Amino acid sequence: MKFRARVEVQLRTGIADPEGATIERALPALGFGSVAHVRAGRSFSFEVDAPDEGAARTTASELADRLLANPVIEESRLELEAL
Amino acid sequence: MAPRIGVVVFPGTNCEHDVVQAVETAGGSGTLLWHGDAQLGAVDAVVLPGGFAHGDYLRPGALARFSPVMDAVATFARAGGPVVGICNGFQVLTEAGLLPGALQKNGRLRFLCEPARLVVTSTSSVLTSGSAVGDELVIPINHFSGNYTCDDATLRRLQAEDRVVLRYADNPNGSVDAVAGIANEAGNVVGLMPHPERASHALLGSTDGLVLLRALVGAATTYAAA
Repeated sequence: MKFRARVEVQLRTGIADPEGATIERALPALGFGSVAHVRAGRSFSFEVDAPDEGAARTTASELADRLLANPVIEESRLELEAL
Repeated sequence: MAPRIGVVVFPGTNCEHDVVQAVETAGGSGTLLWHGDAQLGAVDAVVLPGGFAHGDYLRPGALARFSPVMDAVATFARAGGPVVGICNGFQVLTEAGLLPGALQKNGRLRFLCEPARLVVTSTSSVLTSGSAVGDELVIPINHFSGNYTCDDATLRRLQAEDRVVLRYADNPNGSVDAVAGIANEAGNVVGLMPHPERASHALLGSTDGLVLLRALVGAATTYAAA
């Protein structure tokens, strides 16, 4: 079976996010004064060939932990859908 | 015979020739190593120089750690061989797990290219053994992701074990505890963001980097004899 995985990587809570802070500082000038607590991150998507959803999840989360995110400063969230 | 300092070249590394020239000024013999080789050959110390290994894609150092040479570097480090990561090389060492913590984007998102005032805060490393605690060195920095960060327990451990070897006098990038360079437990693996090779000749404005590189050459000589 093929699964599409989407991994979202963000800095851990408590780790300074200068990119998010810089975006947030620009918002009032654009008229988005009601928006706050911006966090920047990255998103990855890829396909996994696996016998079932559990196996696909194991592969995708291992990839997220070993490569896509640096667990020292980042955390990742995984979503899977069967294709 | 001058000790052989291997300088690793990844695709995108750009400081390798500067480092070779500077270690030769410091009394060593520099040789380039290719990242795709699984062997280091006969070297007495390894430097991971600055640049943009593998384009710095994903995160600086994130892909370089999977280069074949890195297993050999880890084996060499475990055997006590001197290993120094400069700038991008420091990022590679943290991603590879040879040093704790991580380098994230500079505070205020500033790319910094300027001389940095550093203070030697530990002499128990292959890079700072020729200095005295409190010595001030002026060595250039040139980075966007040099903001050292780690969890509180790791920081306390680094401090307690005398492993923060260099601190910034003015902390330009927002690093935790003004960390500019750290060492592993044994002191044979060191990572630092400043570029000692760019402070290795009077024409460059400072020769303070030679103090560090001479210590490295000395450590390589000791390792070769052991």
